[in-house]
Amino acid sequence: MPDIRPNRLSRDEIARNFSELHPPLSRSEALIEADRCYFCFDAPCTTACPTDIDIPLFIQKIRSGNLRGSAHTILAENIMGGMCARVCPTEVLCEEACVRNTHEDKPVEIGLLQRYATDPVLDDEVQLFSRAETSGHCVAVVGGGPAGLSCAHRLAMLGHQVALFDREEKLGGLNEYGIAAYKTVNDFAQREIRYILSIGGIEVHSGVALGQDTTITRLRDEYDAVFLGVGLTGVNQLGIEGEELPGVENAVEYIAELRQAIDKGKLPVGRRVVVIGGGMTAIDVAVQSKRLGAEHVDIVYRGSIKAMGASDYEKNLAQTNGVTIRTFARPLKILGRGHVSGVLFERTARDDYGSLADTGETYTLDADVVFKAIGQRLRDGVLEDGSIRMQAGKIIVDENRATSLAGVWAGGDCVVGGDDLTVSAVQHGKVAAIAIDRFLRTREKAYG
Amino acid sequence: MADLASEFLGIRSPNPFWLASAPPTDKAYNVNRAFEAGWGGAVWKTLGEDPHIVNVSGPRYAAIHSNDRRVIGFNNIELITDRPLQTNLDEIRQVKRDWPDRALVVSVMFPMNEAVWQKYVPMIEDTGADGIELNFGCPHGMSERGMGSAVGQVPEYIKMATEWAKAAATVPVIVKLTPNVASILPPAKAAKDGGADAVSLINTINSIMRVNYDTLTMYPATDGMGTHGGYCGEAVKPIALNMVAEIARTPETAGFPISGIGGVTDWRDAVDFLALGASNVQVCTAAMVYGFKIIDDLTDGLSNFLDDKGMKSVSELVGRAVPSVTDWQYLNLNYVEKAVINQELCIKCGRCHVVCEDTSHQAITHTVDGKRRFEVIDEECVGCNLCVSVCPVESCITMRRLTDGFDPRTGQPISGEKADWTMHPNNPMRKSS
Repeated sequence: MPDIRPNRLSRDEIARNFSELHPPLSRSEALIEADRCYFCFDAPCTTACPTDIDIPLFIQKIRSGNLRGSAHTILAENIMGGMCARVCPTEVLCEEACVRNTHEDKPVEIGLLQRYATDPVLDDEVQLFSRAETSGHCVAVVGGGPAGLSCAHRLAMLGHQVALFDREEKLGGLNEYGIAAYKTVNDFAQREIRYILSIGGIEVHSGVALGQDTTITRLRDEYDAVFLGVGLTGVNQLGIEGEELPGVENAVEYIAELRQAIDKGKLPVGRRVVVIGGGMTAIDVAVQSKRLGAEHVDIVYRGSIKAMGASDYEKNLAQTNGVTIRTFARPLKILGRGHVSGVLFERTARDDYGSLADTGETYTLDADVVFKAIGQRLRDGVLEDGSIRMQAGKIIVDENRATSLAGVWAGGDCVVGGDDLTVSAVQHGKVAAIAIDRFLRTREKAYG
Repeated sequence: MADLASEFLGIRSPNPFWLASAPPTDKAYNVNRAFEAGWGGAVWKTLGEDPHIVNVSGPRYAAIHSNDRRVIGFNNIELITDRPLQTNLDEIRQVKRDWPDRALVVSVMFPMNEAVWQKYVPMIEDTGADGIELNFGCPHGMSERGMGSAVGQVPEYIKMATEWAKAAATVPVIVKLTPNVASILPPAKAAKDGGADAVSLINTINSIMRVNYDTLTMYPATDGMGTHGGYCGEAVKPIALNMVAEIARTPETAGFPISGIGGVTDWRDAVDFLALGASNVQVCTAAMVYGFKIIDDLTDGLSNFLDDKGMKSVSELVGRAVPSVTDWQYLNLNYVEKAVINQELCIKCGRCHVVCEDTSHQAITHTVDGKRRFEVIDEECVGCNLCVSVCPVESCITMRRLTDGFDPRTGQPISGEKADWTMHPNNPMRKSS
């Protein structure tokens, strides 16, 4: 019998486990940390930031007590600077580039400082941006995740009207449905979205799915330009025997359910959990399962630990939470009668050419629940077949995030070069909005 | 181990660190604690005439902080002792009895009236104190009443009051000078001419710390109003060092004993004062900010430093750097240095580049062969030391003297000859050779 049940831990334990992973800096902590910034010339941290935030400048503004100015420096480049401060893998971005690493092996805590600067503006809903004179143009933005919201906000700033479509009830995309609960507490994603929308000029149409309720063709007809930030909402399948057994779940769906659950303890969790995959999603579902009270959680990845998509920080987080990471094994078969009871794995190894090869050696892990976390893809039917050039299942865009289809731009995880990071999606949306603005203004001049 | 024992004007103390006349030396309780902690001496907080003055019951102090709240500069509007004269005299007598090996000097401030000096100086000497320090320095409060810096800014008054004190005293008399003057030399000479045994300097500097950003009134304020105070602490040390060195290197005052005061916080600060001509040092702000325990680092650090230098006593250090202080016009204009960046130590912050670009001579690269790299361009470098000053990594950027060949900047040959402004062809006042 599978051992799956809610309330494995007490209410207090659950509350503790799902409280914020990194508490915010106090004023004193922030000032002391800000003092560590060297105010570098052509700062490597800024170069490393996908959204080009002038990091030394916003830290200097913290130092001088100019917090509103600091927030403006951040949000002017990255309107989701608040969420990025919580979820960015800073250890491979700005903080990895910090020259303090060379000096003393300890970077400035840029992520926490960014949060310190942006929290007050969002908490108090201080509007730092205004809209340019109305252009008379209306742009359709599809997808209310980081790419779409960023694009919509920048377009609104530039004076355009925006129709923002999302298939879900709530906006936010992965910020709302994907990020592990302990990384963004107190409904932060929705508060940030309220802040973004408060600039005005953005009309939200929720519950509208591209490919079902509307099409690119129709949007191109009705609007002056279209931005696609539809993400990767389809889930990759293992394609092995037993995958249909009850107890075999998509990690992204469980994570979404957990994020939406008010009482996390009510969520059923297995005693023995096996996660198949090696990215952030695998880590998120493994750690959260552990924090819900699962006894044994194993992440099984087909290659080396280095090749895993998750950052070193995330892998450490999994391990310090008691998750076992097993490498060099691929699932052969999901075992069980009427319900999953385990997974049969085959060990892999590098062959002489450096690629992964099967070894013929197998082992079995018992499991009450198996999570599939082997990546997402564009949901079937989102795009009209052949209308937009694609590569490996993702939309091809140029440096301005323009697609092959005139008047259509795209960004975020759904495009080639999308890298599963909120911060990159925000940059895509921003760059596309600036390009769309240029396109609309040029057309105005040409046609009067 | 070097001997820290100090003798200043015949006043002996186990080390050259005295507490300056200030809030920490206002009472026997504090001075006893200081001596227990190891301080070599103390200058008792300034005594005045009875009836004693009063202080405000609001803020007396304010600070300039670094971001992590270290006190860099400090300011006060506290007046001289606000306790009855007899109370102080009784305590001084007792403390000196209890601590015969420590230096105990009494600071005084009286109006410009000879009779007052004649009356009080013997009373003070009667306590058994080792010396008397004349406070001609405090720039706030008492100066409005014609005392403190109001005396110290007028050399004639300094001389006159010093003569009165000397006439009434048998113990050494030290004159404490105010830095709130255009040149420290006339006051120092006046003290010497008046018969003083030594000068001590500097007292505090006229200052307003800041405004209150909420009320846009002066900060700190007493019932909405503020007044300028005396500035001290680490930030004032360079001002004090210059004044000490001026007295030590000017022929008319050279050799006149100096007690150095102004921002001494650790033993290195003491080395600065001693090497530039002070025979001992007095400390106030550091004790106020960290407590008396800092004496341990001051004595231990100085002792280790003397050992490292092979010096047996503090007196070997006194004045060692004075011959190296001169006027600008005598600096060797043929001397050429270039900055050198140690690429092994460089952390690539680029601060040297941007300050050279914006302030100086565009003499540091930011990119070499397409890579982020900061190198000195000798053809542009004037050797100004700005990059050395801003580099966060100690010893990463150093100055290298050119000894032969040509200066790539000027194309002029490097000369071993000394040539200064007094003989430079561009100097219309040059001395004919």
